[in-house]
Amino acid sequence: MTIPTPSQTVGPFFGFALPFEGDAHAVPPGSDGAVRIEGQVFDGAGEPVPDAIVEISDGDQFARCGTDREGAFHFTVRQTPHFDVLVFARGLLRHLATRLYLPEANLDGDSLLQMVEPERRHTLIASASEGGLRFDIHLQGDHETVFIQL
Amino acid sequence: MTDLDFEPPYLFPDYRATQMRAPRHELVRLPDEWFHQRRGPAFGRVPVSPGDADLTRQHRGEPLGERIILTGRVLDSDGRPVRHTLVEVWQANAAGRYVDPADTHPAPLDPNFTGAGRCLTDDAGVYRFVTVKPGAYPWRNHPNAWRPAHVHFSLFGPQLASRLVTQMYFPGDPLIPFDPILNSIADARGRDLLVARFDPETTEPEWALAYRWDVVLRGRDATPSES
Repeated sequence: MTIPTPSQTVGPFFGFALPFEGDAHAVPPGSDGAVRIEGQVFDGAGEPVPDAIVEISDGDQFARCGTDREGAFHFTVRQTPHFDVLVFARGLLRHLATRLYLPEANLDGDSLLQMVEPERRHTLIASASEGGLRFDIHLQGDHETVFIQL
Repeated sequence: MTDLDFEPPYLFPDYRATQMRAPRHELVRLPDEWFHQRRGPAFGRVPVSPGDADLTRQHRGEPLGERIILTGRVLDSDGRPVRHTLVEVWQANAAGRYVDPADTHPAPLDPNFTGAGRCLTDDAGVYRFVTVKPGAYPWRNHPNAWRPAHVHFSLFGPQLASRLVTQMYFPGDPLIPFDPILNSIADARGRDLLVARFDPETTEPEWALAYRWDVVLRGRDATPSES
């Protein structure tokens, strides 16, 4: 029996279990090469999603952050051209996957971006903001983030 | 890819919260090596101590409820054990109440039960928790909606595609046929994969009942097996 076990939603009540101390910081804030990435998760009505948990990784670094009442999350990571991002939330029967590119990354000819309609590519690219980078995640709607089939 | 795949859809209107949260665009299909086969997140910073696997010993006294041992194996897509991978669980107490402040169900909190545990699988891919059987609770999805008793599981595994968050249910629960979250899996064979089995051999006389539930993660463990 090697049929993959199906997913079920993370539910609304994971906040006491999954986060751990310092989990949003893959590297210490202020350390060499560290960058702060912040953003919000929105639903199809443009409302913040306060019961999501976002994970970011690049194979070496891993960080995760539950969203607050404004749907906001934040990470401190060491800069690398792109990160893999997973989103879990109440109402997501299975998690969503996407990719975050740093704005200064050389994206010409990036093979993943080439698979995405040009007008939606911007949803995968973080923008410079005060104190770091901003990367919002829209689960649905006009600004829907490009998600990857798992 | 395996032949059988019982993943739920993102949009399942009977589970109301999916309606505004399920993406409407088609998801981008990528070759597996671009994303799915990338190395899974290193979770070494997640603190795990042996006591974290016993949810009945996290406070001064013992929690109320039916004490159970919850154990099983974590396997990869080839059926090989996934060793030393992080397994996180969380659940309601025996009265059906979560510690989470967002839970407003008027059932009692248990001062001796938090309901969160973690462990690493052993060399055979086995995890083992001691806890109490969680209670059912109402959730307002539809009139008189109650979730069947369940334990939430979070697992990492060797690849990005292995990451799994799911829920384990108990056999014979009369609420199972009415639950939109479990019924989002259209095929009964898929739903059955989320139901543990009562395991008389693992029960401990005069102490605890036991349930067994194996988990299969996507992806393959690239680390060569020693045995």
